[in-house]
Amino acid sequence: MRQEREELESRFAPGSQKSVVVGMSGGVDSSTAAALLREQNYSVVGLTMQLWDQRRMRDADPSAPESVEGRCCSSNDVYDARRVAEHLDFPFYVVNYERQFEEKVVRPFVDAYVAGRTPIPCTLCNNHVKFDTLLRTAREIGAERLATGHYARLEFDPARERYLLRRALDLTKDQSYFLFGLTQEQLSRTMFPLGSLHKEEVRELARKYRLPVAAKPESQEICFVPGNDYSRFVDTYREAYQGNPDGGEQGRAGEIVAPDGRVLGKHDGLHRFTVGQRKGLGIAVGQPLYVIALDRATRRVTVGDDSALRARTCFTRDNNWIAVESPCSGMRVEAKIRHKHVAAPATLFPDAELVRVEFDEPQRAITPGQAAVFYQGDVVVGGGWIEG
Amino acid sequence: MHRYFDYNATTPVAPEVFEAMVPYFGIEYGNASSIHRFGQRAKAAVERGRAQLAALIHCEPAELVLTSGGTEADNMAILGTVGAARASGRANPHVITTTIEHPAILRTCQAIAKEGGAVTYVAVNPEGFVDPLEVKGALRPETVLISVMHANNEIGAVEPVEEIAAVAREAGVLFHTDAVQTTGKIPVDVAKMGADLLSLSAHKFYGPKGVGALYVRKGVHLRPIMFGGHDERDPRPGTTNVPGVVGIGAAAQLAAERLESEAARLGALRDRLEREILTRIEDAGVNGPRAGANNGRYLRVPNTTNIYFDYIEAESLVIALDLDGLACSTGAACAAGAIEPSHVLTALGLPAERARASIRLSLGRANSEADIDALVAGLERAVERLRALSPRTPGKKVVSC
Repeated sequence: MRQEREELESRFAPGSQKSVVVGMSGGVDSSTAAALLREQNYSVVGLTMQLWDQRRMRDADPSAPESVEGRCCSSNDVYDARRVAEHLDFPFYVVNYERQFEEKVVRPFVDAYVAGRTPIPCTLCNNHVKFDTLLRTAREIGAERLATGHYARLEFDPARERYLLRRALDLTKDQSYFLFGLTQEQLSRTMFPLGSLHKEEVRELARKYRLPVAAKPESQEICFVPGNDYSRFVDTYREAYQGNPDGGEQGRAGEIVAPDGRVLGKHDGLHRFTVGQRKGLGIAVGQPLYVIALDRATRRVTVGDDSALRARTCFTRDNNWIAVESPCSGMRVEAKIRHKHVAAPATLFPDAELVRVEFDEPQRAITPGQAAVFYQGDVVVGGGWIEG
Repeated sequence: MHRYFDYNATTPVAPEVFEAMVPYFGIEYGNASSIHRFGQRAKAAVERGRAQLAALIHCEPAELVLTSGGTEADNMAILGTVGAARASGRANPHVITTTIEHPAILRTCQAIAKEGGAVTYVAVNPEGFVDPLEVKGALRPETVLISVMHANNEIGAVEPVEEIAAVAREAGVLFHTDAVQTTGKIPVDVAKMGADLLSLSAHKFYGPKGVGALYVRKGVHLRPIMFGGHDERDPRPGTTNVPGVVGIGAAAQLAAERLESEAARLGALRDRLEREILTRIEDAGVNGPRAGANNGRYLRVPNTTNIYFDYIEAESLVIALDLDGLACSTGAACAAGAIEPSHVLTALGLPAERARASIRLSLGRANSEADIDALVAGLERAVERLRALSPRTPGKKVVSC
């Protein structure tokens, strides 16, 4: 590989059709994506985004869990990305987007939880940081496109004259759910080299290319929340960086109630709960109880039995359309209401700025703050944020 | 071919300096403190290097404390002075410095403030100059030290250190200056200056990284900040970096020989660079002092210019230039990738957006007229592309990515 590489033009050629920036996290996926592009004679520049300074939370909450390795923005990950770039012989830079990330991802994340919604920070990061700021930087430094290690497929459909986003071939790794917000302009400047590969193939390739990160484990945490203790993060952030507007834990406390309004218990923060949650309620009534709604105004957590958790209708706002310019009333799709949900048949009815989603069968735990993403087969039609 | 315009970050070791250092790695490798012949030969080389350095800044060799660089010298000056004051009974020593100092000064002052000392940060005017009268106005009975940099690393502004030293002398207070960016570039004369303490660093004037010095005027006593084995003449413990000191000496000698001619040559190159940029690129301007000199006195170090290009992000510009074979920086190397815009540019009163749209170009030995041409052309290309993509560029439709 090295000999062939030396023969290749390793100098970045700004503006050339084959110039691409690879967004590198220091993980196996983005590293292998970069290796593939190198092998295909692309002129590559690697960029790693510095998004969040872990020390900020450490300073505010010294006993918070330590970040495990393999988290975006740890100096280890930057180091790993840099090593991969050196190994594959392309220029590499770290760009600092801490400001943008805090404004567009972290603060909305905290505000959502406090308002009783369950956010998807990865989607916000994709919409407003990765495929916005990073994409702009890529263009600014002369790359035609931005490539990432996302598992999703992208192609241009000449018949519809639109870029189509499809699920990845490896359905267990498919990340198309998190990419529903990308516009045609963004998609026209994006590449997903791993979309047609299975995870195991990617690891094989990483080994074949002798990437320093070939054996690096995956991380399942939200990149800026150590130990995935998001509720602790919200507490700390609110006190340290938002001027403690609730007046601390007291101000966040409230009641746990049944659907008829009977008070069943107390809680110390809406942000500790998500719709469909069963554990952590602190109530025993002889049958399983689930969170069915979170009310910011009254700070009440409503709990009920399994049947109360099911609904056939939801509304989505701030919808983005990919496969079509806009949906027609009565459009048939399969809708996913969370990443791990199995897409369920539904009908879409545009309703002013919202879309009403009518599922054929009642769905469990439709959660405000999550996204409903609409598929037709493996094509992403579009999606929106669940209201409530 | 990669061209370099970041000499304020560091310089290459001059070939002559390197030649001078080589024997001291493998042939004359003695510990300069050893009694035997190996040690004596090393010691002699160290003393020669020290003397060469002393000649550059017009002090006595014995007044130089050799350090690991400018940062250590700055720490020694401030912590040493404050420590000595505390040891002699001053409970809350006060230090006066400026808002545009290097982090080696600022962080040390912050540390002092955390431990019961007090610090006043005198502001600068929009050109980056300190007013000696403001320094005087900040004096208190508890003041023990005034530290004002000789020239700023980002904008090149040369401060009125003689006047400030006079203020210090009158008040019976010590005066320190961080001369890391001036030593070897413009004349530095500690006697004329009236400085009690002065920091310098080899790798800014074609010497090796990892060696610097603190000038300590005879009679000034500092509390040590490092402890260990000691040599009679040297208050700073640790085995002397013999090749490093030989290097700083050789670099000092070279600098003394070339100072005037290089200053003139670089000043002319820098002025042409500025002129061409401002003529050919709109909505760009110089941060800091525009003039180079006034009445034969330097207002700016001759090799430095700091320029803003409105509507773009300097971070992207620096990367774009690097990919085009042109190396420069957004400010101080040690602050690269920082979330806050430059504290220096902020202190000048620049709005945050403009501070984040500024780059520093600092010239040196290898820069030629051809380099300037290439840099200007590269800037034109890069700025045009960035502005076409920037949502902030006025009067154009927002082109999405």
